Amino acid sequence: MTHTLHRFGRRADLAHDFIVSVMPAKGINDADAVEKQRAFVRAALKYHPVNVGDSKRGAAFRPSKTLNPTAHWRRDVAPHPNEVVEDMDQVTTVSAVFDNYEAVRSLVAELKELDLGLSVNISGLPEEARRCCEECHLVRHSVEYSLGFQGRTERLTDDRTLLLTSMCGHGMVGAGFARKMQEWVRAGRRTPKEAATYMARFCVCGSFNPARAEDILGRVAEGR
Amino acid sequence: MRIDQTKCVACGNCVAICPMEAIYIDPRTRRAAVNLDECVECYSCHRGMSMERLNPVAVRTIRRALALFRLRFDPEPDVCPTSAITPDELTWPRTVRRAFSDVTATHESTGIHGRGTEEVKTNDVTHRLGLGEVGLTVELGRPGLGVRFDDVQRVTQGLADAAVRFEQKNPVTSLMTDQATGSLNPDILREKVMSVIIEFSAPATDLPRVLQVLRRLAGEIETTMAVGVSVRCDRGGGTEVERMLADEHVEVVRAKTNLGLGRPDPVPATASSRGA
Repeated sequence: MTHTLHRFGRRADLAHDFIVSVMPAKGINDADAVEKQRAFVRAALKYHPVNVGDSKRGAAFRPSKTLNPTAHWRRDVAPHPNEVVEDMDQVTTVSAVFDNYEAVRSLVAELKELDLGLSVNISGLPEEARRCCEECHLVRHSVEYSLGFQGRTERLTDDRTLLLTSMCGHGMVGAGFARKMQEWVRAGRRTPKEAATYMARFCVCGSFNPARAEDILGRVAEGR
Repeated sequence: MRIDQTKCVACGNCVAICPMEAIYIDPRTRRAAVNLDECVECYSCHRGMSMERLNPVAVRTIRRALALFRLRFDPEPDVCPTSAITPDELTWPRTVRRAFSDVTATHESTGIHGRGTEEVKTNDVTHRLGLGEVGLTVELGRPGLGVRFDDVQRVTQGLADAAVRFEQKNPVTSLMTDQATGSLNPDILREKVMSVIIEFSAPATDLPRVLQVLRRLAGEIETTMAVGVSVRCDRGGGTEVERMLADEHVEVVRAKTNLGLGRPDPVPATASSRGA
């Protein structure tokens, strides 16, 4: 899950960006994991995640392979989280993205009760994850800290574009596309919500946070 | 990946989509084309773009007619109107590109998708990392630059010199011909991928030394590296690593926390008890 770990941004940028995920361990507790994965998504949906996804079959925002030309004027921008549950058919990593701490805490409390027997991780500000553990009477087991980026960082794209692209840690949201969406929003060709949805469709595992992307693009639209 | 030249209408949508910026409009053919040396076979264009399956001849005719009146259709930016993006049959060593770049591909060496490793996200049931140890994940090529395996080898060889213990259930380790030297299979050294994760562990007391080695290696590669430090918490959920990172002047703003819900772990694993 380093794909959710190394998100670019300062503390304030990351304050409303949490990913809760479950993953079976291969050969240990993966035998009957698919139905438990579905149970996780069903539980997560009660707390209104901004995205959910299954690394194998796709996320709540997904491309269509059978568009017709009217889509250029009447495109469906709504998420379809139930498709994630319906299409899930193999052992995988399943994630739910939230834009607020209270929803994460509520989900973790429910997962504790459900006792799925799958590993659960929170990716986000470490102190918030620890607070969540304490409030749910859990002891955190292991932690992986992001030390950020080093090396040839001068080759990276601009900071605002990185805020957007690094939300898909597998690298499926390209910098060129993120820059294009910023240009289109700035020019009024698309709304921030539409542009965020376009980008979210490329993130297969559903770790992209479209609410945060909309907020970033909203600032672009306002010239900030 | 390739673009079917009989279908492409040069709308240019896929040019912006490609995370490696490997797709371009060939001015000679006036069609989109793929720079195969830069393409990492991530399938983002093929899988991520929506498809319309329009008739290419009709689309070109309409575009030309609109151009006569200096009009331009404003299409959806994530659509290939004629489904021209076509996967190639990959052979070794090019197969390694897809294995490390396409999130839906499963690594043969570990049976795990994504970047092919569970890291500490299942540590509550695998006990992969014990008390007194730190695990490190060094992801090369992220975010958005990609990496060639000769750069990966520079880092694995530097880490082997530093006497780290490479994680066995990791796809990069499986590509090593000699873990003592960190040498990789020579077939793949010029192959480019989206990113790879080198994974190893060391005694926690060694963390400052290992971070120093990584800082040096970061200056010797042509891409970026994202470093993660993993630790098994004590019975109270605490860890000394946060203080150690602060001593190294590392500000941590993001982490992933394993909640220990896989199943209770009655006896905390230690490095020594696991024979490390």
